[in-house]
Amino acid sequence: MTDAPAQTDGVEDDDFIDEGPAALPLDAWHEAKGARMVPFAGYRMPIQYDGIMPEHHWVREHAGLFDVSHMGQLLLSGDGLDAAIEALVPADVKGLTIGRMRYSLLLNETGGILDDLMLSRWRDGLYMVVNGAVKYDDLAHLREYLPDEITINHLDDRALLALQGPEAAVALARIVTGEYGLDALSFMTGGRYEIAGVEAWISRSGYTGEDGFEISIPAVAAEKVADALCAQPEVKPIGLGARDSLRLEADLPLYGHDLDEETTPIAANLGFALSKRRREEGGFPGHERLMIEREQGAVLKRVGLVVEGRQPVREGAPVLDGEGNAVGRVTSGGFSPTLQKPIAMAYVPTASAVPGTAITLEQRGKLFTGIVTPMPFVPHRYHRKGA
Amino acid sequence: MAQTFFSKDHEWIVVDGTTATVGITDYAQAQLGDIVFAEVPPAGTALEKGKEAAVVESVKAASDVYAPVTGTVTEANAALEADPALVNTSPEQDGWFFKLTLADPSELDGLMDDAAYKAFVGSL
Repeated sequence: MTDAPAQTDGVEDDDFIDEGPAALPLDAWHEAKGARMVPFAGYRMPIQYDGIMPEHHWVREHAGLFDVSHMGQLLLSGDGLDAAIEALVPADVKGLTIGRMRYSLLLNETGGILDDLMLSRWRDGLYMVVNGAVKYDDLAHLREYLPDEITINHLDDRALLALQGPEAAVALARIVTGEYGLDALSFMTGGRYEIAGVEAWISRSGYTGEDGFEISIPAVAAEKVADALCAQPEVKPIGLGARDSLRLEADLPLYGHDLDEETTPIAANLGFALSKRRREEGGFPGHERLMIEREQGAVLKRVGLVVEGRQPVREGAPVLDGEGNAVGRVTSGGFSPTLQKPIAMAYVPTASAVPGTAITLEQRGKLFTGIVTPMPFVPHRYHRKGA
Repeated sequence: MAQTFFSKDHEWIVVDGTTATVGITDYAQAQLGDIVFAEVPPAGTALEKGKEAAVVESVKAASDVYAPVTGTVTEANAALEADPALVNTSPEQDGWFFKLTLADPSELDGLMDDAAYKAFVGSL
């Protein structure tokens, strides 16, 4: 959450004008709602409206509307699409039927994570949502490695909203129409709908651990849809601050913090993203190394920590061994509004990645103890099929 | 009679003779958001004007609280350990951070009075 806005060196160049972070489609809408705006991933984004703590609780109890239009929305199409994408990610793309959605990873040659992403099968291709901070790197990577037959359409004329919380479905159902009812959607499926007369791709997914939806709409209609959603008594706008504390409680890693190019899916405890068929067949970057790591374990592993005391331990704090050597690090840390205690994600030596193990952390010259705790810290409440 | 001063780092200091009470302003607590932890210096700590004196943590970030003047801590607000949210609910009363003995009362000359601080916050 500390991403600096994109900036160019060359302050002494008189011709250079620093235009600062760019405005997203709902920029004025957020300001009118009383948001405090901050630069994030190169954009001006709302960090909070009423305050992180009340917004966090509102999402766990009711429904929150998040503007995540900074994220990259791509539509990929062309002959041989599935095989071409499978060469870059470890997901079973061929097995992804219409309306289904899957979490996957863009990997480099050594199995390091270039980005984490969502893939959905639309009738006209594969819809991919990538992180805002690295979307142009992802586009460059796709352009370099995908064959010429594949068309990459950056849907930068679309906004992306997320409606999250136990009351999200009842609120959205009131204003949505479609060929199928909203209740036809279970976790990790999506379809075409209309909200307030605006065409929308809606998936039952999100980044909070709650039931909820992600809603792709034309940018020009973003205010209309946001207003229609916030007119529902269950819904309030929620900023990036609560988005971060919610996703931390839900064991959802944040790219650039908990995941990076030096980190493999095994170290990141994202082994589920390597599908069975792809593990057996291979044919994705880093397959050989990842299969060895899967058998033997990575050097470090991402775990959850509940930190003793009241003081949060933040990103960057080293994990110390018995002799005081740094052997790992905290990658996300904060105060859990739900649990009312400090929690963190950290990379620790795999031998220590066992629930109940006490981990020593250091911050500003002070030692802390974190207890390895199974994640998610707060149970998921997804709307699973058949549930 | 007690006098109140303010620093550009948004600390307030109420001075009575050579003893003073220090906390953060209502403006500062609103900027920080919900305080979940406050670490205050124990009695006996020697503080230097402008240097870190205490730490406050919101859900999102840690922030330093600086000593508005040089002096020695005589009492820390023990209530903040159990209820750090006092900094939000009563920043200029129950949510005080520490009391200290002034080393050099002339340092107060560099601080703002209530009117000057209001103007300063209005300019931000």
